[in-house]
Amino acid sequence: MLFSGKRLFLFLFMLLAVSSAAFGSEGKPVDSGATAWMLTSTALVLLMVPGLAMFYGGLVRSKNVMGTIMHSYIAMGIISVLWVIAGYSLCFGKNALGGWCGWNNSYFFLKGIDNSIIDAGVPEYVFSMFQSKFAIITPALIAGAFAERVSFRAYCFFIAVWSLLVYDPLCHWVWATDGFIFNLGARGAIDFAGGTVVHISAGVSGLVAALYLGSRRGHPYQVIRPNNLVITMLGAGLLWVGWFGFNAGSSISSGLGTAQALAATQVAAATGALTWVIIEGLHQGKATALGFASGILAGLVAVTPAAGVVQPYGAMCLGIAASGICYTAILIKNRLGYDDSLDAFGIHGVGGIAGALLLVFFIRPSWMTEASALAPGWNIWKQLGVQLTAVSIAILYSAGATLAIVFVVDKIFGFKSSESDEMAGLDRSYHGERAYGMLNPS
Amino acid sequence: MKLITAIIRETQLDKVREALIAAEITRITVSRVSGHGQQRVEEIHRGQRVVPDLIPKIKIDIAVNDAFVDITVFTILKSARTSELEGNLGDGKIFITPLEDCIRIRTGERGGEAI
Repeated sequence: MLFSGKRLFLFLFMLLAVSSAAFGSEGKPVDSGATAWMLTSTALVLLMVPGLAMFYGGLVRSKNVMGTIMHSYIAMGIISVLWVIAGYSLCFGKNALGGWCGWNNSYFFLKGIDNSIIDAGVPEYVFSMFQSKFAIITPALIAGAFAERVSFRAYCFFIAVWSLLVYDPLCHWVWATDGFIFNLGARGAIDFAGGTVVHISAGVSGLVAALYLGSRRGHPYQVIRPNNLVITMLGAGLLWVGWFGFNAGSSISSGLGTAQALAATQVAAATGALTWVIIEGLHQGKATALGFASGILAGLVAVTPAAGVVQPYGAMCLGIAASGICYTAILIKNRLGYDDSLDAFGIHGVGGIAGALLLVFFIRPSWMTEASALAPGWNIWKQLGVQLTAVSIAILYSAGATLAIVFVVDKIFGFKSSESDEMAGLDRSYHGERAYGMLNPS
Repeated sequence: MKLITAIIRETQLDKVREALIAAEITRITVSRVSGHGQQRVEEIHRGQRVVPDLIPKIKIDIAVNDAFVDITVFTILKSARTSELEGNLGDGKIFITPLEDCIRIRTGERGGEAI
């Protein structure tokens, strides 16, 4: 007998094992290429959080370094936990509360996605974890606006509530298939990787919080200089690298769309950085490293919503425009004198708005052809209207909701540091640590 | 001419500087030092209590003409204390030493003029 009963059983068992590895319980095959890239992207976007911690950490004074770094790190803890409990459901569940947020009972503690494979051929766990990284970095970006002057405990509550009430609904509107901004116009508002959801919401919220809380002690008369530009540059570099996951990963695939987003990202970052140092060189006579880093960020922020629809030429124009506009925004900020300490609004808010609106002029023709097939006569001006609507909604909603959250957190916990805590520095007051040994005070 | 050397808490640096600037004393040198006086602090590292032998402090050096000694000392005293009336252990010390000469490198001026 060729097959003994036992062998046959083993053979069938192996066949079963192979097929259950290749197919999820819902029958869709796992696309291992897409899954591999999405796993990589998830790690890359997570890497942006320590990148941001270093970028911000180098820009503050030496007494606030650990506190500033912790503003980013604590988000990895708080938001990851919230995401599993409710965040994923609020973002990607079916419309609930009249479409204000999503909800899906089976996403509660992610318990219903254990065997699920989404249509892109990626296990839903991967998609959920990838999206959670965006939810982590967004509140961490806000911290730049009110750096060096907030209570750690109040900050923790702030980002938790902000994530649930601002990020999750916005994310649902823009990225969930039944979100209302996702369905505006012919092919929806274009927000490939988070221009409105991440950068505009974080930038505007930061501005509102910074205005509400007021300036740091001594601002603007006392010169407040970065303590360590080396770690700032390292952080900017990590952000650039991580942004490949952020943008190219947002295609939720591993194919042509991924490559298009990746190319646009690189081009925009490079032109943004070059533009910034050229402007700075002409305006102030010196090309600073911090200027180069700021240009990288401005370019990346502007291309974030656009990465899926622009070609390298368009990305280059966006990078140039973003640096010019953000540079001007920071000059105006210095005139006005409000204390958006690390320019969360000046770069992320302004750059995000610029990118989300200007991208319509550089949309690749094939996208437009498909849009006009869906809605005859669709053109860039109609799309600009859609973009304007999405941007305005993001600005108004995040400004209003943030103001309410900051007000409540301030009343309950006291958001702004006491004068003595601020003078002593966040490191000593809230963490009992110091970043450097004998570095001279700055 | 006197050299006034103040050892103060790191936390008071901002306040002392602001007070000195308000009193129009702006020519100062600040450095980070560590030392040991009467103060004892505990730090916590990974849950372990650690009592460092040397505590980080800020040293401020100010060279002044005799007429400015009192106002400088008064300003530092007022701003370096961590509580209004009595102050606390660890608030620091002020040393005043006679200063033999002072030379401005740029011009070669000497004495009180150069301060």
